[in-house]
Amino acid sequence: MIVIRNARILGGEPRDILIVNGLISEIGAGLGGETVIEAEGLIALPGLVDLHTHLREPGREDAETVETGTRAAARGGFTAVHAMANTSPVADTAGVVEQVWRRGQEAGHCDVHPVGAVTSGLEGKHLAELGAMADSQARVRVFSDDGKCVSDAVLMRRALEYVKAFDGVVAQHAQEPRLTEGAQLNEGEVSGRLGLTGWPAVAEEAIIARDCLLAAHVGSRLHVCHVSTAGSVEIIRWAKSKGWNVTAEVTPHHLLLTDSCAEESPVGPYNPIYKVNPPLRTQDDVNALREALADGTIDCVATDHAPHPVEDKETEWGAAAMGMIGLETALSVVQEAMVETGLLDWAGVADRMSTRPARIGRLSGQGLALEVGAPANITLYDPAVRTPVDPTAMVSRSRNTPYEGLTLPGRVVATFLRGRPTVLDGKLV
Amino acid sequence: MTHAQNQVARAVLEGPDIHRALTRIAHEILERTRGASDVVLLGIPTRGATLAHRLAERVAQFEGVKVPVGSIDITMYRDDLRLGPARPLGHTDVPAGGIDGKTVVLVDDVLFSGRTVRAALDALNDIGRPKTVQLATLVDRGHRELPIRADYVGKNLPTAKSEKVKVLLSEIDGRDAVELLKGAAR
Amino acid sequence: MKHLISAGDLSRDEALLILDTAEELARVSERSIKKLPTLRGRTVVNLFFEDSTRTRISFEAAAKRLSADVINFSAKGSSVSKGESLKDTALTLQAMGADAVVIRHPASGAPHRLANWVRGSVLNAGDGTHEHPTQALLDAFSMRQRLGRLEGLKVAIVGDILHSRVARSNVLLLATLGAEVTLVAPPTLLPVSVERWPCQVSYDLDAVLPKADVVMMLRVQLERMNAAYFPSAREYSRRYGLDRDRFAKLHDDAIVMHPGPMNRGMEISAEVADSPRSTIVEQVGNGVTVRMAALYLLIGGENQ
Repeated sequence: MIVIRNARILGGEPRDILIVNGLISEIGAGLGGETVIEAEGLIALPGLVDLHTHLREPGREDAETVETGTRAAARGGFTAVHAMANTSPVADTAGVVEQVWRRGQEAGHCDVHPVGAVTSGLEGKHLAELGAMADSQARVRVFSDDGKCVSDAVLMRRALEYVKAFDGVVAQHAQEPRLTEGAQLNEGEVSGRLGLTGWPAVAEEAIIARDCLLAAHVGSRLHVCHVSTAGSVEIIRWAKSKGWNVTAEVTPHHLLLTDSCAEESPVGPYNPIYKVNPPLRTQDDVNALREALADGTIDCVATDHAPHPVEDKETEWGAAAMGMIGLETALSVVQEAMVETGLLDWAGVADRMSTRPARIGRLSGQGLALEVGAPANITLYDPAVRTPVDPTAMVSRSRNTPYEGLTLPGRVVATFLRGRPTVLDGKLV
Repeated sequence: MTHAQNQVARAVLEGPDIHRALTRIAHEILERTRGASDVVLLGIPTRGATLAHRLAERVAQFEGVKVPVGSIDITMYRDDLRLGPARPLGHTDVPAGGIDGKTVVLVDDVLFSGRTVRAALDALNDIGRPKTVQLATLVDRGHRELPIRADYVGKNLPTAKSEKVKVLLSEIDGRDAVELLKGAAR
Repeated sequence: MKHLISAGDLSRDEALLILDTAEELARVSERSIKKLPTLRGRTVVNLFFEDSTRTRISFEAAAKRLSADVINFSAKGSSVSKGESLKDTALTLQAMGADAVVIRHPASGAPHRLANWVRGSVLNAGDGTHEHPTQALLDAFSMRQRLGRLEGLKVAIVGDILHSRVARSNVLLLATLGAEVTLVAPPTLLPVSVERWPCQVSYDLDAVLPKADVVMMLRVQLERMNAAYFPSAREYSRRYGLDRDRFAKLHDDAIVMHPGPMNRGMEISAEVADSPRSTIVEQVGNGVTVRMAALYLLIGGENQ
């Protein structure tokens, strides 16, 4: 029996939440329990759900493991993450996804739902055994070749069709490969000045447009990973207006940072900490993405947490790995970009970071409203503090956060996974 | 150095004094070099170069000899380059006939530690091989740090080491004067 | 000035100081003893991750004429080709006490990164498709030498602007120095957003030539043809090559430049390259002088 005292559920009036046997058993005032957690001034959100996490295990345990990655997730207020398939070996068989799923269970910091690869070895040639992964203990529902685009239109069509049998979804990394050969940075003013090969917005938009049409044609569910351009937003808005079954995510970094970071940083231009795929875009894109998240065109925030060891970032830009970590800063960045700007209230944040991603991933016990009878997946968040981002204080095995030096609002104070605290007082339990 | 600007400048030579001193030096050069036939005057920028031209004019006036005159920048040969930021270069202009086998008279405004002249001798060495090298200076203020002395001196000026000697020439500064600035001890 | 990485970092005064210093130093190259003692005891490392014999030799000559100790560090056959990172190489150079590191690297921005890891001055000798500031300085020096001024000069830069570090540096430097630059290229070889650069842009070489005081032809690499930037060498040459007929359209004082190495018969015809109004050979000599000036101004004074 745990009672959380005076928590503001979705930012509302203070309430006490009583947790019994992993479920919310009562919500009211003056409740008592064996363990009392004072939450005065804290906001209670349903445990956050990430549709897009790279845990790197198996294969790159020097960057992250299931253990360290899920610790970071809990610290960021997440109670479930989807582990991307681009590991080594690739998560393209029931064996690999079950291994990842089991490691998640053992670690116990949050639920780990493996994403299955769409094609064997992410090679874009043959469909992976999607059905076997769906039927495995890991119950895979999200399939993605993330890191690579399923660029072959026929293969994409078949994947979209095939996963209908088990209510799966194909999460597309939209990147036309020929238009992005050697691409380093958003194609625009900054890439022109820096002499870096451009990653044009059209390479994302063309694939999204094609995939929306394909999904409509075969009546399937499509999810678009890390939408990064204003043009993509327009296409998705149009697809949704047609009633097509298309969902989309945006990363925290695309809501806050622009390609100008590559030109100006505390350590001079070309700091590869800002190198990410898809690349940081322009302020116009950032504004469009924020609006789209606010109006629901973009369904959810997904971190694309992509850990890399120091040596893969302490290089020249062209040689550096793409990606940035994001689990531990996601909620703060969303507060900064969406709440402080008045675009979303806390109910909106809960919807975009918990309810909708859980629904897209077809997770049954996650993303539910904080109501009596629901599993006690709860994040307690203090929105009032502002602290400088300190990479050395993070629990992810990697340090490649682009927010070092920035002061961001908010702090996750506690996270509960089915009633069991994984984080208390900002520290891992 | 900045302290010096707060100090009152005392003129130790006025225009006519400088004029007379240069006239005398020109005569001495003619005398010592037997008509200045092989002489090349090389001034050390900035004011030494101006003085070299004035000397050349006088030599021409007195004996009708056209003495080749030029300038030699010593910046790249200084021994104190690392004590400050890189300095802009002065102008080097070696007369067409060169300096090989010539009597080179180096001209500078103030002779102090002797380090500038040392640098000029090094610079000359890279340009050619004169028969002899002589030194003319408008003011010798003492405090030598190297075994160097002038062959022609406009004025010997006893100074304290902390003082600053400032030569003003009308071509550059709008008027002729030599001023002594009482510097604070550094 | 601590580093020379981008021509865009130079103020007008700094750029002119380099050019004026070079003008004085040019005389050194005419003497029988082409050496100055200025950088005695200083170490200049030439760190070349790309083959560029001409640029390396030019920097080496410049450093040696200033009496610096020169260490040539070529990435080929060294630990670098065995996977050593740029950072580890930088730390090695740091341990050797390099006062200046001249770096040529295939990755844009490598000199900026290097500057974070070494204490000495970093001179960019060409990074990827980004910049080559000493080339721009020597080009400006050559223009001023031939035409007596830079202010108001009309300069056409013709060719593969997209991939050209020479073009980027020249646009930035010449804008600072008051020249009017027009970039001429097929649209495929221009960066997006080039209209925001401090210059004019044209697709039509014939329209630009009669007004130009300087025509700078850039090398066009044939691999660009295979990547479909243009259909064929012949078509490129016909539309953007400087041949005798086009040369005749220039006014009488206009000069022709090329940073080398040239594809004779492709972007420039042999007779244009060899004409007295071509500065291609003197550009090489001016390269040494300008690099001497840059080295002197960066590491000739006190240690920062």
